[in-house]
Amino acid sequence: MSAQAALPNEGSGSAVYILSLYVTGHTAKSIRAVENVRRLCEEKLVGRYKLEVIDLYQQPELAAREQLIAAPTLVKSLPLPCKRMVGDLSNRTRVLAGLGIG
Amino acid sequence: MGIEKSPTGIEGLDQLTSGGLPAGRPTLICGGPGCGKTLMAMTFLVNGAVSYGENGVFVSFEERRDDLVKNVASLGYDLDQLIEDRVIALDHVRVERSEIEETGEYDLEGLFIRLGYAIDSVGAKRIVLDTIETLFGGLSNTAILRAELRRLLEWLKDRGITAIITGERGDGQLTRHGLEEYVSDCVILLDHRVQNQVSTRRLRVVKYRGSSHGTNEYPFLIDDRGLSVMPITSAGLNHGVSEERIPTGVAGLDDMLGGRGYYRGSSILVSGMAGSGKSSLAAHFADAVCRAGERCLYFAFEESPRQIVRNMRSIGLDLQPWLSRDLLRFSANRPTVYGLEMHLVQMHRLIEQFNPSAVIIDPISSLMESGVGNEIQMMLLRLIDHMKSRQITSVFTNLTHGNIELAKTDTNVSSLMDTWILLYNRASNGEHNREVYVLKSRGMEHSNQVREFVLSREGIELREAYVGPEGVVTGSARLAQEAREHAESKRRRQEAERRSVEIERKKAQLQAQIVALQAELAAEEEERHRLSAQASEAESRIEEDRDRMRHFRSGSGRVRRD
Repeated sequence: MSAQAALPNEGSGSAVYILSLYVTGHTAKSIRAVENVRRLCEEKLVGRYKLEVIDLYQQPELAAREQLIAAPTLVKSLPLPCKRMVGDLSNRTRVLAGLGIG
Repeated sequence: MGIEKSPTGIEGLDQLTSGGLPAGRPTLICGGPGCGKTLMAMTFLVNGAVSYGENGVFVSFEERRDDLVKNVASLGYDLDQLIEDRVIALDHVRVERSEIEETGEYDLEGLFIRLGYAIDSVGAKRIVLDTIETLFGGLSNTAILRAELRRLLEWLKDRGITAIITGERGDGQLTRHGLEEYVSDCVILLDHRVQNQVSTRRLRVVKYRGSSHGTNEYPFLIDDRGLSVMPITSAGLNHGVSEERIPTGVAGLDDMLGGRGYYRGSSILVSGMAGSGKSSLAAHFADAVCRAGERCLYFAFEESPRQIVRNMRSIGLDLQPWLSRDLLRFSANRPTVYGLEMHLVQMHRLIEQFNPSAVIIDPISSLMESGVGNEIQMMLLRLIDHMKSRQITSVFTNLTHGNIELAKTDTNVSSLMDTWILLYNRASNGEHNREVYVLKSRGMEHSNQVREFVLSREGIELREAYVGPEGVVTGSARLAQEAREHAESKRRRQEAERRSVEIERKKAQLQAQIVALQAELAAEEEERHRLSAQASEAESRIEEDRDRMRHFRSGSGRVRRD
């Protein structure tokens, strides 16, 4: 849907985050997840993240390729290690732990 | 008619479930690690795609694609080819706990989409989820997982897909996470345990809603030709029976069995102690079967085929021509190589392949040592039923220990047999002699006599046994008896001759007497004649004298009157 990139060097660390949020249509969970990840990225990762939101109904073949089970799932492919944050991302502490941000 | 079935194509399982798994519904296959869940599920899929025109999806939660392809190659399946042919789709669902962070409310829609995509890609009618419980290891919100599993199964049902869900055996319940709660249509339990150092796989249909099914534990087998479950035929007693007779290969034994041998399709038990001639009798039967141009399958559990051929040659039986013409086939295995059911399944397979009209199992006793308790009897029963339903005449030899009386009580198999022939060695006068006796033979007249069983260079010969005051006489005692009889008859013959000579002599004597008497009689007669002639001569002389005297007196008288 959208991708944002900005200059690095802000907040903790300097790594660039590659994030993909997989949702299934416009369910309440999907909408909450999109809102939550956007807010968090703008707060913590300004200028050094790349976020992609993908609707699996539109691209069902990606579910197997990306090893998805639950929805919504936010996949952090970089920086390593790879992490999958399942759920609507409402538990902020858990999301931050998953992203590796203190 | 009951519910619609989806055939598994697994030998035995379809018979057991009267047609297969419930079509369009999920079936739970559960069991411990290594009990064959995955292979059974894969067999169901492959058979569906190859034999029943129902494509399938295999969703593996544990094994990776490469491992899976390798594992099922051992059953002879080329999974890569099937995937390439687009009849089977494979999806490995990797669940890595360490990668997952649960951050709020979720569902398993991702999995649904994957399954839906895979199902649509091959137009699947069958699906396997192996082992879906792995999800419980990756996700901690069991409330969500349970609700989603329930939804998943409903969703598959709505799409009319026949599903196999596998589950690991749990403590106190069928599966670790209680999957049986969701799958209410059909539950199959697999088990793999070791008894007496022999590992045995077993299968039990725990539940099958809306269908009759066998409830026992049935042994099953995984080998290079796939899976098979005993029974391959349902154990019933409704097989056809034949009036036709089949020669035993020993003329004397045919005589003992009403003169015509065994019934075709019957089961024959030949029991006896070591060296009583069981195998020889079996080999004679094999020879007779092949001689009639029919096929005979010989399962040897103690001797190698070459040894049997050599040994039988020593009693004048050449089996080699039948082997060369493929009328006779041996299958020799040590009984301890596998468990009993492995043997039995292999026997079934060979019987299917070779299609013999007679089967010899030599000996059944060593086969029985590879099983436990009454399951042997159950499995033998199934094997016998199977052979009967195919009109195969079966000869089982059985090694008995101890004396004849013990042999007679060895009834755990004998009750399954139609004809029971006892061979025994009887010791007397410092030698052992073989004897044969037909203990029973259902449905035919049979001799109640014990015959002597003689193995010679010309094969088996049965001799009438002599019954003396101490029982049946055999061997050298019989020979002595024969010699005695011979002497006796000679003596009788000589006696008769002697008496005939005497009578002849007496007759001559009497005739001589007759001649003498007649001579005497003639002499007497002559005497009588002579006497009577003398008498009449004397008479006439007296008359003459009287006349002369009268004449003389009348002359002198005239002279004196002057």
